[in-house]
Amino acid sequence: MRRLTALVTAAALMVMLGAASDDPAEHLKNPKQEARAEALFDQIRCMVCQTESIAASEADLAHDMRTLVRGQVAEGKSDRDVLDYMYARYGPAILLRPRLTPGTALLWGLPFAVIVGGLLALFLRRRKGAVTLEPVLSKAEIAALKALETKTKEDGAS
Amino acid sequence: MIAELGAFAFALAFALSIAQVGLSVTARIRGSAMLRGAGEGAAGAAFLSVLLAFGCLMISFLRSDFSLLNVAENSNSEQPLLYRFAASWGSHEGSMILWCLALTAFGAVVALTGRNLPWKLKTSTVATQGWLGALFMGYTLFASNPFVRLLEVPVEGAQLKPLLQDPAMAFHPPMLYLGYVGFSVVFSFAIAALIEGKADAAWARWVRPWTLAAWSLLTTGITLGSFWAYYELGWGGWWAWDPVENASFMPWLIGTALLHSAIVTEKRGAMQGWTIFLALCTFSFSMLGTFTVRSGTIMSVHAFATDPKRGIILLAIMALASGVGFTLFAWRAPKFAPGGLYAPVSRETTLLLNNLFLAAATLLVLSGTLFPTVYEAVTGKAMSVGAPFFNVTFGPIMALALVILPAGPLIAWKRGDIQGAFQRLALAGGFALAAAVAGYALVSPKRALAAVGCGLGMWVIAGTLTELAERAQLGRAALSEVFRRLRGLPRGAWGMTLAHLGMGVFVLGACIEIGGKVEVVKVMAAGDTMDFGAYQLRLDSVGPFDGPNYIAERGHVTVTKHGSPVCQGAPEQRTFPQPQGRTDTAEVALCYRGATHLYVRLGDRRPGPDGVDRWMITSYVNPWATLIFLGPFLMALGGVTSLSDRRLRLGVARKSKAAAPVKPVKRRKPVTA
Repeated sequence: MRRLTALVTAAALMVMLGAASDDPAEHLKNPKQEARAEALFDQIRCMVCQTESIAASEADLAHDMRTLVRGQVAEGKSDRDVLDYMYARYGPAILLRPRLTPGTALLWGLPFAVIVGGLLALFLRRRKGAVTLEPVLSKAEIAALKALETKTKEDGAS
Repeated sequence: MIAELGAFAFALAFALSIAQVGLSVTARIRGSAMLRGAGEGAAGAAFLSVLLAFGCLMISFLRSDFSLLNVAENSNSEQPLLYRFAASWGSHEGSMILWCLALTAFGAVVALTGRNLPWKLKTSTVATQGWLGALFMGYTLFASNPFVRLLEVPVEGAQLKPLLQDPAMAFHPPMLYLGYVGFSVVFSFAIAALIEGKADAAWARWVRPWTLAAWSLLTTGITLGSFWAYYELGWGGWWAWDPVENASFMPWLIGTALLHSAIVTEKRGAMQGWTIFLALCTFSFSMLGTFTVRSGTIMSVHAFATDPKRGIILLAIMALASGVGFTLFAWRAPKFAPGGLYAPVSRETTLLLNNLFLAAATLLVLSGTLFPTVYEAVTGKAMSVGAPFFNVTFGPIMALALVILPAGPLIAWKRGDIQGAFQRLALAGGFALAAAVAGYALVSPKRALAAVGCGLGMWVIAGTLTELAERAQLGRAALSEVFRRLRGLPRGAWGMTLAHLGMGVFVLGACIEIGGKVEVVKVMAAGDTMDFGAYQLRLDSVGPFDGPNYIAERGHVTVTKHGSPVCQGAPEQRTFPQPQGRTDTAEVALCYRGATHLYVRLGDRRPGPDGVDRWMITSYVNPWATLIFLGPFLMALGGVTSLSDRRLRLGVARKSKAAAPVKPVKRRKPVTA
């Protein structure tokens, strides 16, 4: 029975999925500011709902945070200011795009290091003279090849 | 009785898989043809047993046998037939049986076909496949058995999660699982190659069809899942970089790399070690994808059946399977011959670059998905990685891959002519530039990155068509000759063309959708109207509606454009009553205008102060969104087309001389120097 309850709870949590739409009455009057606020919602994680942003979550806390962000945008704060404020107040986990710090350098750098390293390895291997392909065709072979090619063309034309 | 039969059949399958390993290993060591045949027979019998077990589970669900814990937890008698049927794989236990069914089915196909495979290679493959089967069946049997009876039989069951009650539930999980598990065969082939110390062109010729089949199924599975989330979650989006989505995306990315490197191994005998490595990686990622989410190590909104205790066992099994593979690789791979040589400018190099970019992209998704967990384990502090991170990092890497994509097929094996390739792509480049400019000018607000994406999509489409025109000698030969050439093209070439076109179509659609999406929210009473994009929506009425196992509010909306009617829709807000609380789901109204989707969601009812009920309506215009789902479908179709190439058809590999690809004589400068 406990497992059954757990399942049902899990199912109830699933309701929070999807897009949260606020009452248009709460939207900022200035459409440019509203657009900026909405772009910011995508960057900020809803702290009580696992992996969702506050743009996606229907949790009450997410709604409160949306109101907070809207308020700050309305006050004329820049995007950076708003994110700084959130970062200072809730810690690094609030941002869905982690800032580049020594701790996150690996995350940001690894794939690009792989590409640069791979290209370098490719380049160096070529330079080392691995380009020695099988001997180029001899003169006699080239002549034979040409003869074959003309023959194929004639065949194709006929 | 049926459940006991199922439990017995499943236990039998487990025993048969162990026998399959024992017989095949002994056969390989002693060289006994009889034991070999017995091992292959065991593989076939294991499949039949799992099939029987799965059938028993399905019957229990269809008959609503609530004396089974699994049935009582995931189904009830009011659930429509389709969902009682699909509930068989809607839980962790049931989906494990489906996983084992796919694993043994593929094992049986390898064992019972493939007569002209070298016997040593085949026996090792069958043994490995049996070993994987035994691992997962042992786990299912002892830790996730769906045939467990209840002492007190409930009168009614719970139900399949309401969000899962959708026709897509009948197709998406089986497709995805067949794709994931299809790569197990490739994994077994790779292990066999490592044991035998040989991965030649003949080996690659066997690996390719399996890779193609698994990849096509996985592509279809992911696309179905994405489309399902798109219309079921009511969020207007189709990809959120959620861990579960990433988990299915990683095997796809690395599988795509494998698909391309296997071509090099087959045609040129090169990159053998790398192809084996990718084969091991792909199935490892499949396992990682299926199980990390269930183990609870990673959190996700789509997560189901999380159970940390069992998760540890699953992770251990996974580590065992992959660990053995990679250890074997580290030990044996250095012995492989380097294979064919090639010049810096050659098709081999373009495919190598393709692999580099796809591998980097996979690594990116992997590190992004696991980073928060690892970071917290190491530092004790929380960290989040979400869509905004993936959007800025994944795009550039894939852009690199897309830039070289059209050039690859135009550059010859061994030693190519890069200038010639790009000269021939000049026209495609023009189209791409035009698309980018048009994308920038026409879509407002202006988004430079979306415009670049449009350009890239067009570049891939036009570049792929250039290659097709080149093969058919369009513009150089008479039209009848062009048609003759097109008809003569091998299926493999058509498959590649379709898949590459699909990629371009997807990129184009995704960028237009992201760039030009319109979202409008309004609280409306019946009779109110709202403007969204170029359209106007009228909420005609909202009324109650009784479904088979839910109650709903159903809205009726009419969409018009400049006063002329466009379409009508009936978005719903469904409520599934449950003993403990209730679950709501949204059923959006989708209206197709050409490739563009109009997407309407009905929100909660809000009683107004004036006594009039109002509803929050969210409307989206998703321009060209159909392309997002059409593209991957074309890719999968390309995979299937390629699979039907005579050269790759199972069993004809040796006899295909007569049907060898009628390659048009390429007019290349004779090599001098």
